[in-house]
Amino acid sequence: MNTYKNSTPKVDHSEKCSGQSKFVSDIQLDGLLYAKTVRSTVTKAKILAIDIPTLPHGYFIVDKNDIIKENVVNMIYNDWPVFADGQVNYIGEPIMIVVGEDKVTIDEIIKQIKITYEELLPEFDFVDSVVHLSYVKGDINQAFAKPARIYEETLTTGYQEQAYIEPQGMLAYLEGEDKVTLIGSMQCPYYIKNAVKRTLGYSDDQVRVMQPSVGGAFGGKEEFPSITACQLATAAIKIKRPIKMIFEREEDILVTTKRHPSRIKLTAALDENNKVQGIKVHVGLDGGAYIGLSGVVLSRSMIAATCAYTVPHLEVSGDVYATNTVPTGAFRGFGSPQMIFAIEMFMNHIAQEVGVDPLAFRLAHLAKQGDLTSTCGIFHDPIIMPEMIKKAMEISDYKNKKIQFANDNSYRGIGMSFFFHGCGFTGSGEATHIKSKVKLTKDAQDRVQLLIAAVDMGQGAKTALKRIVAKTLDIPNEQVTFNNPDTDFIADSGPTVASRTTMIVGNLLKLAAEKMKAQWVKGQPLEIIEQYHQPEFIQWDEDTMRGDAYPAYSWGVTVVEVEVSPVTYQVELKNIWTVFDIGKTIDERMVIGQVEGGIAQGIAYGYLEVMQHDKGKIKQKNLTDYIIPTALDMVPIHTVLYDNPFAEGPYGAKGVGELTLVGGAPAVALAIEDAIGKKVSKIPATPEYIMELLKHE
Amino acid sequence: MSKIKFNLNGEDVVIDLVPSMRLLDVLRDHLHLTGPKEGCGEGECGACSVLLNGKVVNSCSVPLANVQGQEVITIEGFAKTARYKILETAFANQGGSQCGICTPGMIMAAESLLRTNPHPTDAEIRVGLSGNLCRCTGYNMIVKAIQWASKEGDGLW
Repeated sequence: MNTYKNSTPKVDHSEKCSGQSKFVSDIQLDGLLYAKTVRSTVTKAKILAIDIPTLPHGYFIVDKNDIIKENVVNMIYNDWPVFADGQVNYIGEPIMIVVGEDKVTIDEIIKQIKITYEELLPEFDFVDSVVHLSYVKGDINQAFAKPARIYEETLTTGYQEQAYIEPQGMLAYLEGEDKVTLIGSMQCPYYIKNAVKRTLGYSDDQVRVMQPSVGGAFGGKEEFPSITACQLATAAIKIKRPIKMIFEREEDILVTTKRHPSRIKLTAALDENNKVQGIKVHVGLDGGAYIGLSGVVLSRSMIAATCAYTVPHLEVSGDVYATNTVPTGAFRGFGSPQMIFAIEMFMNHIAQEVGVDPLAFRLAHLAKQGDLTSTCGIFHDPIIMPEMIKKAMEISDYKNKKIQFANDNSYRGIGMSFFFHGCGFTGSGEATHIKSKVKLTKDAQDRVQLLIAAVDMGQGAKTALKRIVAKTLDIPNEQVTFNNPDTDFIADSGPTVASRTTMIVGNLLKLAAEKMKAQWVKGQPLEIIEQYHQPEFIQWDEDTMRGDAYPAYSWGVTVVEVEVSPVTYQVELKNIWTVFDIGKTIDERMVIGQVEGGIAQGIAYGYLEVMQHDKGKIKQKNLTDYIIPTALDMVPIHTVLYDNPFAEGPYGAKGVGELTLVGGAPAVALAIEDAIGKKVSKIPATPEYIMELLKHE
Repeated sequence: MSKIKFNLNGEDVVIDLVPSMRLLDVLRDHLHLTGPKEGCGEGECGACSVLLNGKVVNSCSVPLANVQGQEVITIEGFAKTARYKILETAFANQGGSQCGICTPGMIMAAESLLRTNPHPTDAEIRVGLSGNLCRCTGYNMIVKAIQWASKEGDGLW
């Protein structure tokens, strides 16, 4: 029995179920040593002195003094040191690692290390802008010249922790004298390779990166593993033994990157027909102590300013603020969940303020094919949102429930969000920054192999990409292999991020497979390399943030029904419906897997997952304090997928991974609003916040 | 150090280690059974689930001394059974596994549940899995997998 159409079992299914799949913590090597990090215990301070006890034989300290070339972790904004040098800027910043054979002895050494600090005045507010971006559409002054109405609101969002179940882990060893190999839990083998090359001053053939099984990532293993890789590579060269570092859960939660807390201010000008003529938007993101790729997160956030709607005049600006808190970074959605929450609540609140039906108001502003996007690109492809919304309302019985809940004196409510997600890297990133390549080989037995950098971290990249190649070559799936990436053998097909793997890498593989098919001679080995070329219709100016920000958009509608307890104000999910346009489904079961997990993570972001800091110290230290959904929190999700093939995607496919998350928070927040009759302008909408709203009658 | 004797996956073993050691470390580091995974180290996530006398426990929270004279089954032992085969097929059909780090633990929790309740309702399955965290699937596909296994494997439990 197979409930799902057009689906094959995941290629690594059996080994994962039986526990035979090897994650980095499962890998044992002869002579293996362990490493643990000594971290800052203060928010901002000069390091005056470090007292290290006499080390037992076979135990080592590795710190900034051991850096071979550059004490910097290669990211987009290169401000993260591998090890603190003279100053620390957040609680948890790595100062050194202690390496040795026995974990208990390492702990004892760490306890005896005394660091003397001179504390400096930390900053926690949004004052110190490190990245500032802006763009305009139309003429904002025209919209605000004689508006019939002006509506202004500031919305805020909190941290979200990726909470992958496998903590961060990395292993480094030397091959010969001057080549270092890294094996770790990662999304982006070449980010690690390039970071290690830079820190060590090594050449391309001196750094090898291999991916074992990865136990969930969600963006949390995009840039962060580069740090541990640089630390361990430095240590392996100094000590000349294999070294493994596996984070404990508390360490993982306290010091790894999270979703940026945000403060988004929106001001809309409406005309006499209640049409929004212009919006001024400011997006503020808390970047933490180091910026890393926060600037790119900010740009994706800003580009989603009007998301599923078209507004003629826009003035959009944003800042990433440095604070003395744990650095924030990549997380599924990458800046857009914050913005989509803000714009969806804002549009509803405008309608309520004006006294018109929020649904009709939103529908009247929906983007259509041919409209200018927020950044003055064009929505080139058909937009089928009206049909999708109609479907979502039908399967959820939205209209009747809305009326029923308004009249039955209950704390029940229903909310619906409209949203898109831009597929692939923002702007010209694919063409100028990533320049991805794929390699396909065929051996004398006509076995085909994918040699690419795409990481299967559970989403099913291996299964989906193999299927694309097998289908194009018209050969059985079993004739195609796709081993975990090993940079000594693969082509750099780019990072496994930005909902780009199926659409961008998948399409490159399809093109490569078409070439292979044309040149196919039975029994003759063959190698095909295919390079990404930006479609000609894409026009993007990085400096003015003007043009087509993405080659394609996936679209979605999420409906959530909740009941709020009148006693405890706790939110209970009652039902969830989703409708998506992801172009074309490659493997239905895997798409539904992305939907189910993304919806759970996105909705929980809106009401359940609380993370805060107190003067720079994260208050939630483990999975008991930081609550993620359990099987008891979730309810069945009813999903409808629409076909809307994208010409540049493999067999019409667009991106799916992030789309499923980004509409979750506004849908649940709107449902809570509907239930309690109060405006929600902050997530997570916790029982404390709901109580506050209800007490201020 | 002291000698602890227990039955592991159907065979008697004698271990000479500190009795306060976590069962998880004994299994992974000393017996090289890496099917049980460490996700949190504090009994919250269930990735290290094993069966202790047929009931699911977090092996990170069980001191070695507690298994003296008891029966422990890890995913490695359970994987040889017909019940496991049904669960593996069920997880494949219903998409119950994505990254796979929680999957061995989920399967042990499912086995523990089906042993006492061969035909659980949706609500009973959710209670049975409530000690196991999964961040990829959102659980519904795991719940469906267990329903499917319960039906297809009727008579095995």
